[in-house]
Amino acid sequence: MSQTLTPEQLSQLAGRAKSIRRNIISMVTEAKSGHPGGSLSAADILSVLYFAEMNVDPAKPQDPDRDRFVLSKGHAAPVLYATLAEKGYLPVEELFTLRKINSRLQGHPDMKGIPGVDMSTGSLGQGLSAASGMALAARLDARNYRVYALLGDGELEEGQVWEAAMFAAHYKLDNLTAFVDFNGLQIDGPVDQVMSPLPIPEKWQAFGWHVLVIDGHDYNAVYDAIQEAKTVKGKPTMIVAKTVKGKGVCQMENVVDWHGKAPSREECEKFLADLEGIEEVK
Amino acid sequence: MANQLATREAYGLALKDLGGRNKNVVVLDADLSKSTKTNVFAKAFPDRFFNVGIAEQNLMGVAAGLAAAGKIPFVSTFAMFATGRAFEQIRNSICYPKLNVKIAATHAGLTVGEDGASHQSVEDIAIMRALPNMTVIVPADATETRQAIDFAAEHKGPVYIRLGRAAVPNVFGEAYEFGIGKAVPLIDGTDVTIIACGVMVAPARHAAEHLVAEGISARVLNMASIKPVDTGAIIAAARETGAVVTCEEHTVIGGLGSAVAEVLAEYAPAPLERVGVMDTFGESGTPDALLKKYNLTEEAIVAAAKKAVSRK
Repeated sequence: MSQTLTPEQLSQLAGRAKSIRRNIISMVTEAKSGHPGGSLSAADILSVLYFAEMNVDPAKPQDPDRDRFVLSKGHAAPVLYATLAEKGYLPVEELFTLRKINSRLQGHPDMKGIPGVDMSTGSLGQGLSAASGMALAARLDARNYRVYALLGDGELEEGQVWEAAMFAAHYKLDNLTAFVDFNGLQIDGPVDQVMSPLPIPEKWQAFGWHVLVIDGHDYNAVYDAIQEAKTVKGKPTMIVAKTVKGKGVCQMENVVDWHGKAPSREECEKFLADLEGIEEVK
Repeated sequence: MANQLATREAYGLALKDLGGRNKNVVVLDADLSKSTKTNVFAKAFPDRFFNVGIAEQNLMGVAAGLAAAGKIPFVSTFAMFATGRAFEQIRNSICYPKLNVKIAATHAGLTVGEDGASHQSVEDIAIMRALPNMTVIVPADATETRQAIDFAAEHKGPVYIRLGRAAVPNVFGEAYEFGIGKAVPLIDGTDVTIIACGVMVAPARHAAEHLVAEGISARVLNMASIKPVDTGAIIAAARETGAVVTCEEHTVIGGLGSAVAEVLAEYAPAPLERVGVMDTFGESGTPDALLKKYNLTEEAIVAAAKKAVSRK
């Protein structure tokens, strides 16, 4: 049975994702540093999670039954902050305090400061372990929440990822769904040239996960993959989401330099104009 | 209770008791449960024990996630791998978000013995002490270990508890009460203060008895709480006895000796001698032979005390 999104939902998600992207570009520009490329690539996945799927409520950020999200690729903090602001956890104006002194919005997510951040991350490779611990806690407490994690493709080079991959499969954590934001680029270049983690789906399959490969910018595909993961019993699910680094801003797309560089004010204006040109509905 | 019990053995028993009282306690190990004695808990509460396999980084990360979801995880492996292999996971996934994870690391120090330098953690106190939000406890015997475990379960935030492999004599009676940030006076004295932790507490007491025969009155303090350290007791020791000796089964760099030196330098300068591992790796050998070769002995403490007194 297809659970595919309605045209109204698709239109709403496109609007949310565009707003999130606008804020990513603006906040990184204001901060004068940060990671726009890998934030833009993950914007559609977070839009679907937060606006079509996850049981979360900004009025009850510590609800023990809420679904959890762990941004394992913590340098993509702007997409998480922008999504949380879009959802109502933070005032949108606060996004412009990113990376500034006395701000709650640290360069990488700090769970102590911000309601809606379920785990502090930033040092690559650590998020999936924490997400696994949360999924295990749900089982121990007989709670029905689900745990989502988002990893980078370059991040798969960290050994701890595979320790966690073994653990989640061994303990049959079927309430855990992870994504790889497979945009193909890391700081020093294409992932398959720096230190290839390829082939990605086959590795997760070999580690005992249910694996799906999708277009990470196709809302229906992301949504359907999440629904399929919820039906899988006895194993965690990895959704390998093919994405474009810098997605939505043509000058940023697939350009490795935009991994960790802030736009100038002039570039920011141009990029925001670019974003207006993208299709509303996919 | 037996007169000689390793602190890791006491840990296993304490965990089992704790598990019966507190259903939120979960225990994780990295394929060393027979050695760390978490197997005692595992037998009693199989549903709350998780072996992560030989994967210390994931051990810390999973514990962080469990804590973030309201559990009280106790994680165990050898001190070397807990604080060395998984240092950054402890730092970024546990201490930075101040998550409620208890790291009870066993086989610390030279007394792990024959496995040699690769397994002899003599830096772990220094490493853990440097981390913000981390509490560091080095129990001296079985009684203190059990109380430290109970303290850790009640305390909100990360705790590091350093345990040993070898059996140690009981220092404290059942009336003993552990207090975080509190030194425990064992012997009163006026000429010098010997501050010890862990397996060095018993030889420190013997050294004080020996010093009496030589006309030196030595105060002995057990400093299980390395962080927070008992600043008041250290200042009083300096002012009232005028000389201080520290004793630890750990490098003299960054551990108890350094913690005491920091307090002395800041508040009450006094002659200080540090007994500990002198910036070197260990080697294979029996625990007793190692303690002797690396000068972690009653005789070394006596000599250090005399030297400290002579420097007044």
